[in-house]
Parts: sequence; structure tokens; C-alpha cells
Amino acid sequence: MATIDPRVQWQVENLLARYVHALDDDRLEDWPGFFSSTGRYRITTAENHAAGLPLCIVQADSPAMMRDRVAALRHANIYEAQGYRHVVSSTLITRAEGAIVDAVSNFHVARVMHDGATLLFATGRYIDRILLGDAPLFEDKRVLLDSRRIDTLMAIPL
Amino acid sequence: MAATPQTPAWPQEGLTRVPYWVYQDADLYRQEMDRVFRGRSWNFLCLAAELPGPNTFRTSDLGDMPVVVTRDAEGAFHAFENRCAHRGALLVFKPAGSAREMACVYHNWTYDLTGKLTGVAFRRGIKGSGGMLPDAQPDAQAPRQLKIENYHGLLFGTLADGMPPVEDYLGADVAEKVRRVMAKPVKPLGGYSQMLPNNWKLYMENVKDTYHASLLHLFFTTFRINRLSQRGGVIVGGDGGCHVSYSITDAVKSDDYEKAGMRSAAGGFALEAPEVLDSVDEIGDGITVQIVGVFPGFVLQQIKNCLAVRRVAPRGLESTELFWTAFGYADDDQARTELRLAQANLIGPAGFISMEDGAATGFVQRAIIGAGDHQAVVEMGGRDVASNESRISETSVRGFWQAWRARMGL
Ligand code: FES
Ligand SMILES: [Fe+2]
Repeated sequence: MATIDPRVQWQVENLLARYVHALDDDRLEDWPGFFSSTGRYRITTAENHAAGLPLCIVQADSPAMMRDRVAALRHANIYEAQGYRHVVSSTLITRAEGAIVDAVSNFHVARVMHDGATLLFATGRYIDRILLGDAPLFEDKRVLLDSRRIDTLMAIPL
Repeated sequence: MAATPQTPAWPQEGLTRVPYWVYQDADLYRQEMDRVFRGRSWNFLCLAAELPGPNTFRTSDLGDMPVVVTRDAEGAFHAFENRCAHRGALLVFKPAGSAREMACVYHNWTYDLTGKLTGVAFRRGIKGSGGMLPDAQPDAQAPRQLKIENYHGLLFGTLADGMPPVEDYLGADVAEKVRRVMAKPVKPLGGYSQMLPNNWKLYMENVKDTYHASLLHLFFTTFRINRLSQRGGVIVGGDGGCHVSYSITDAVKSDDYEKAGMRSAAGGFALEAPEVLDSVDEIGDGITVQIVGVFPGFVLQQIKNCLAVRRVAPRGLESTELFWTAFGYADDDQARTELRLAQANLIGPAGFISMEDGAATGFVQRAIIGAGDHQAVVEMGGRDVASNESRISETSVRGFWQAWRARMGL
């Protein structure tokens, strides 16, 4: 297998790190800015994916749809105060061609409720297509959940 | 929660009160598994289209009882308890798949796809020793067979004898609204499930509570998708346990919400990508949102062009698994499928107009813990169970309790 330029590996991991810190710090308004102008974001289950079924739990086909979701979470939807703590690891670059990089990473997300109740809320893989450049961006981000079973509700993006 | 030694009597006000012990009593929970889910009810099992051809199976539930739904080699549907006749192990673990027969992993007893026991491993022993006596009846404890009906692509099952057909169970008016959605062959688009931290009845009441829709779900009103001032209605059918609520959206001019100074009127921002909510009047009758609730635990939804079934599976006194399966029509083109998928942002655990339901019902379960001797007040829209043009009504919630009490003898 071809050697991956360590600078590319670093750029990808740095993008992922900045992305999860924005979500965990409740900077949801920054979330769409991690995507290119044609970027897509989808959360689905490994079960749907394996069966070739297209349904997503969250599907944003553009940064505008991501901004709409943030607006809804801030102004319309009602849910108890909660936050996430992401742990992302094992980032494997599966393809690197010019400025386009495909990467898969594992994640664990703990959900911490306002009263302190903490739950291992989601585990799975990020399957990312990233555009490198001065500021690397997600061109496509698929969040593939290991389980199809979601506890109570999923407000904040993963 | 400890079981109450003796189930108290229903409040004398009747259907306008729901005593909180109904969500807290462990003995009552066990009784309702038998009398409601395994009693005189049609339970939704899955879409017929989720069993794509002969020799396929899928697991489902009858209350808390696991069942297997199959299609045999001829393509006929069957459903039976997911329990081996020998020592009671699960026959099937996988949620779905294809098979020509089933073999219990524990001691390899085999079954055909109708649920009939076809083989007992080493029945005659080996070399004349071991095995069963000749008069043994290994199928004496065979998995129970369900009666099933494929109602326009929806598979329902029951353990009760002499049930009326599904059409009568729904009632003619509700049945007509089911058929308008299930008018053509469907194809599943995928699914997921959601664990709700509450008794199963709180979720079904939420489905039947047309009063909450535009008050709890602010996305509806903020983006003016659905307001109670729109045309529509609630139809209650069957013995009260089945209902449909629907709305026909006209351009919204009403300022009733603003006049009433309600929280859900807070507006002032628009969607950047409103195409998510553009819908096509594909059924041709102007109905943009329709929710059908079928006692005890089935929901058929049309929200714009997002079609889905929801199945309620009790997972204990205070835990409920809600299975969602979205679908389209088999003849949908790519654009229509994409429209349905984009609108699926409205539903499920992250749905713009459904995420609150998972929380609200849990709030009730948490709040009533010390109030088993108190009651919910269910008086919106009067005191009876009747179809109604106004959705500012709890008529179908009262209908749910009418159906539940008839089965429970309470
Ligand atoms: S329990 Fe199934 S074969 Fe023994
Ligand atoms: Fe709701």
C-alpha cells in the first residue's frame, strides 16, 4: 500500500479534531463552515448502509441545510440541555489523489445531560471525503452508526 | 417500581381521567401484554414489502413476545412465536434475511417457514442408545402461530380467534385513509429505532394527541407547515382505538397564534433551503399531513411526501422501542425518492417535527413518579369519543383508553 504523506495525515486529523471540538464546545454555528460549498452531511445506520437502503437519520445536502438545522435547534426544537464528548481515533486514509482525500475514522460519543447523566450515546465510523488546501474542508461526511437504536432523541449533530 | 398490591379502580369521571398508576404498575404491564397485545388486537408486524420474496424472514414483536414473520417457498406469509419447541431458545436472531428452513442453534431442532417442527436432532439416538421414546411429542410446546392479514401491504398479526377483518377493526373511515396511502405497491427506504424512556402507552397517547402537534413541535408553526387553523379533522374508528388526523394546508394567513400570544408563534426566521418542505400532492386530495394510529401500537404517517410506518414495542414498564421504516412507492422515480429522503429530516429521533416526542413522553414518566394516585386530565374537545373537525381535541386519546379499558376489564 502506498505511503501516506504524514502532512496529509496530519491535515485530516487536525480537521477532525477542530470539527469535534466545535460540536463539543456548543459552537454549532461553526459546524456548516467545516464543509465545502457543495458539502454533504448524512447520519445513517450500518444496517441501512449494508442493506443498500438510502434512509438517513439526518441528511443535509448543502451547508444551507446544515444552517437550517442549527437554526431549528437554536430556535424551534425543544430538548433538554445536553452536550457531547467525541473521541475520534484510528483515522485511516483510504485514498489520496491530489487534493482529494478519503478517510475513515472511528468515533465514540458520550452524551452528557444537564443533570450529569452520561451515556455512551453513539459509536461508529466517519467516512469522509476531504478537500485539502489552505483550509481543508469536508466534501462529504457520512456518519455510519454501529447501532440502529438511538436513545430518546438525537438533537446535536455527530 | 413495586407492583401495587391491588389495582385501584378507574376514576369515576371515566374517559376524561387517566390515573397515573397505569404507567407504573408492573402487574398491570404483564396483564396488558396478554390482554392487549396477545388478546383481541391486530398488531402491525411489518410491511409486506420488507419480505421481498419467497424464503425470506424478518423478526417482529407481539408486545414483548418475539415473533418471526416469513414468506414460504410459494411466497405466502406466515408469522409465529420466535421460541423453540424444545427448551424455548430464540429461533432467529437476525432482524431479517433469507432461509429455506430454520434451525434452533441450541440443539439444532429444525422448522419449516410456516413454523412447523420438521426435525429433532438425534431423535432416535445413536446406535440404539439415547434419543426420545417412541411416544414422545416433541412439538407439544410448538411456537404459537399467529393469524395474519396482509391489509394493502401492511402485515397485521393476532393470536386471538375470531377477530374481525382488519378493515372492520380500523373502521370504514379510518380504513379509507389507510388505503389512500397504501394505494400502490411500496418499497422500503430504510429504518432505525428509538428507545423512549417511558411506558408504551404514553407514546401511543402522544400519537393520538392532536392537540399537542403545533404547540410542542415549534418547527411546524415557526416554518408554517401546519397550524390548527388549517382545514382538517380527527376521525375515530373501530372500538375507539383507531384514529386518523389529517390536515389540508392552504396558504397560511391566520394570525390566531400571534393573537393568543403563544410561544409557538415566535417566528422571524426562514429556512435557507425550503425545498426540503416542497411537497407534491401525489395522492391528489390536498392532504399534506396525515397520521393514522391503530391500537395498540401502530402508526402510519404521511408528512408531506415522507411516508413511514412506526411500530411500538414495549421493552419493560418504563422503556419502549419505536421502530421507524420509511417507504416510497415501487414506481417512484429518482427525484421522488430524493424528495422523500430529504423530507425524512422531519421524522425520527433527529426529526425537526418529531424529536420532541421522545422527550415529552419521558417527562411525563419522570414527573408522575410520586403521583400514582393522581390523574391526567383529558377534556379537550369534550368528554366523548367522536370524530371531530377540530384538532384542538383529545377525542382520540379518550378513544385509546376506551379500547384499552375494554380489553383490560378496567
Ligand atoms: S432449545 Fe431449540 S433445539 Fe433445544
Ligand atoms: Fe408529536
